Amino acid sequence: MQDIHEFDVVVVGGGGAGLMAGLYASRGAKTAVISKLYPTRSHTGAAQGGIAASLGNIEGDNPDWHTYDTVKGSDYLGDQDAIEFMCHEAPQTVFELENYGLPFDRTPEGRISQRPFGGHTNNETGKPVRRACHAADRTGHMILQTLYQQCIKNKVTFFDEYQVIDLLLVNGRTAGVVALELATGKLHTFHSKAVIFATGGHGRMFEVTSNAYAYTGDGVAVVLRRGLPLEDMEFFQFHPTGIYKLGILITEGVRGEGGVLINGKGERFMPKYAPNIKDLASRDVVSRAIYTEIREGRGVNGQNYVYLDVRPESVARYAAQDGRTNPDGTPYVLTAEQLLKKLPDIVDFNRVYLGIDPMTEMMPIQPTAHYTMGGIPTNKYGELVIDDKNTVFPGLYAAGECACVSVHGANRLGCNSLLDILVFGKHSGIRAAEYANQTEFEKLPDDPAAEARAQLQQLCGGTGTENVFDISTDLKNVMFEDVGIYRNEKGMRDAIQKLAELRKRFRHMRISDSGSIFNTELVNAWELGNMLEIAEVTAECALNRQESRGGHSREDFPKRDDQNWLKHTLAWQRDGRIEIGYKPVVITKYAPKERVY
Amino acid sequence: MQVTLKIFRYNPEKDKRGRYETYQLEADENERVLDLLEMVKGHHDGTLSFRRSCAHGICGSDSMRINGRNQLACKTLVRDLGDKITVEPLLGLKVIKDLIVEMEPFFDNYKKVLPYFINDSPPPANGKERLQSPEQRERFDDTTKCILCAGCTTSCPSFWSSNDYLGPAALVTAHRFIFDSRDEAAERRLKVVSETSGVARCHTVFNCTLACPRDIQITKAIGELKVAIITGKVE
Repeated sequence: MQDIHEFDVVVVGGGGAGLMAGLYASRGAKTAVISKLYPTRSHTGAAQGGIAASLGNIEGDNPDWHTYDTVKGSDYLGDQDAIEFMCHEAPQTVFELENYGLPFDRTPEGRISQRPFGGHTNNETGKPVRRACHAADRTGHMILQTLYQQCIKNKVTFFDEYQVIDLLLVNGRTAGVVALELATGKLHTFHSKAVIFATGGHGRMFEVTSNAYAYTGDGVAVVLRRGLPLEDMEFFQFHPTGIYKLGILITEGVRGEGGVLINGKGERFMPKYAPNIKDLASRDVVSRAIYTEIREGRGVNGQNYVYLDVRPESVARYAAQDGRTNPDGTPYVLTAEQLLKKLPDIVDFNRVYLGIDPMTEMMPIQPTAHYTMGGIPTNKYGELVIDDKNTVFPGLYAAGECACVSVHGANRLGCNSLLDILVFGKHSGIRAAEYANQTEFEKLPDDPAAEARAQLQQLCGGTGTENVFDISTDLKNVMFEDVGIYRNEKGMRDAIQKLAELRKRFRHMRISDSGSIFNTELVNAWELGNMLEIAEVTAECALNRQESRGGHSREDFPKRDDQNWLKHTLAWQRDGRIEIGYKPVVITKYAPKERVY
Repeated sequence: MQVTLKIFRYNPEKDKRGRYETYQLEADENERVLDLLEMVKGHHDGTLSFRRSCAHGICGSDSMRINGRNQLACKTLVRDLGDKITVEPLLGLKVIKDLIVEMEPFFDNYKKVLPYFINDSPPPANGKERLQSPEQRERFDDTTKCILCAGCTTSCPSFWSSNDYLGPAALVTAHRFIFDSRDEAAERRLKVVSETSGVARCHTVFNCTLACPRDIQITKAIGELKVAIITGKVE
């Protein structure tokens, strides 16, 4: 007696992309959103700084500047047609959010307020432009809540705390997914015509990360196991400012509001690395700068961290040095009161976790594993594509961090992810519903849950002495050390070997919980399996790419090499090995040039 | 430092009732209670089950009773508690396993207050944002912060005595929309919260305000709903 549910469209993941996809798909077809968490727990809620859109509410801006900034930010690996599409959709996306009730901060004129953010510029002057639309430093929280509320209003069907384990492929099409109901341990089959993956990233495979525990790359791993390719997996972003040791994110918005980075010698070092926009350079540039300062012994007390200084007197001093002014021309200052108003959560994090007050003390920070640019390859409508010709696999879609459109190329600009999830969540939802209405169900295999059941049973059968904690600790160390901010051949080869050993140890791993109800140990074990496979793909692709570009930095190949490497990486898991292929980058208006900030 | 951690355990497939297990851990005073729970799960007992995700006080997953008070495990540090720590599930909601409680009654109540923006007037003709002044925005800022962690509702005696009291979180949500100058359904929502399961069940105990990890002035917000009901005005 199997639990089988029939829907036209199934969305896997309940964050910003998943909710947007669910909202749009449900308008045209019978849709279900399946999430391993209650949707409001999704990681979208942790996003802080803002959503980028060239509204021009405070100063002149336009979508072409936004497009160019994103292309440059991507270190010229982003597909320019998709980027242009996204940046031109941005203003109406933000207005749509406001029409859904999102409580943006407001200008004195009552318009949506915008702040400067890393990498976003006025293309004529080269100076930072106010493009990030924000709700205090809780923009992600407000987006997540607002979209969930709209889903409730529109009676979207949810399956909460269901972990999708497998994707069903039959005759070159999809028949749906199989999911584990956490509350009962039962496997459910969701028979559907279309599946949209919106499962987020996989930063949890690194030791120091800003990512939630939930970020274990589930959709990416499920797709990989079903023989479909992944794209650009070597490109992982390390956000420059995570709280030292904890990895908790301190938004780039702090630097947008005037904060600066200071090394152990009390020097503001970013002008050395990015003479024009300094602390607001793109994230990979800043992370590498911090890492270099630390490596060269200029960390605080010789340790692995530097300071982020947003004390009012520092902000005023450096703003004056930079010639930064308010829109009316007066010198830019940030009072303690304004800091508390604009960045309340940051002040709170510092007080709670470090016992310090950022208004009077500097914050200890280090780069933290933050965002995967790579993932499930799609075109600009969110349709999953399987080769270098962008051949569409009918009925499969992906949106958000788990997808690679590619709009972020080798490095993502801040505030573009909240935009990405909404634009591509929307379009994948629309396309999936259209497709579902034009096609029949694919017949389910005889025992659709067989593969999922086998995977889980295998995990339960381990008789070794190690557990999930032991193996995941080692995984995180290997990845952070050898496949992190700076990579080299020897380190990556070591990593690949260690990962192979970890996969062997994983097969014998013991699970002590034999229960069915909320067996979180089994779920964590399955998630660990995902991360081990994704880690292998990441390391192999990183070793393969012999250049430095965006978030992928090699000490042994320190320069960007457009001649040989201006192309996307595709990777398949075949016969126990990772096979690598390539796909051309779509270049329309902006010829690649040297990337200087 | 040495920490004695006492955790409520309940295995629905084996136990008739809950019990407490005690673990001795070596912990740094800057560690979060969540880190201690992960340590127990990783080194002592893999069956220990609890919800968690963001690990920094944003998602609301790991709301639980810590040394008798509702808090987020990821926002409560050893240094706030000392070397004797007791962790139990939230009250007022059925325990499913260990620290995991049944959240459906909580979310059902949330859905009753029409927890979504309602404005059926045509959107601005220029296709842009509806205008709202910074002062209007400020009016409902506090109640936008809710992360639905249930810490407030499950600390409330009125909710313990009957789950059909809407509870603080649902009322906070109602407030967020009623006092949003752009929303047009204040009257409908005030009607919902003025029913017997609504604001009348708030006896200004203040447990909710103390429990809120986002420092929302909950009792005050519920008070503002009461005033709006009595005066017929939303100000």
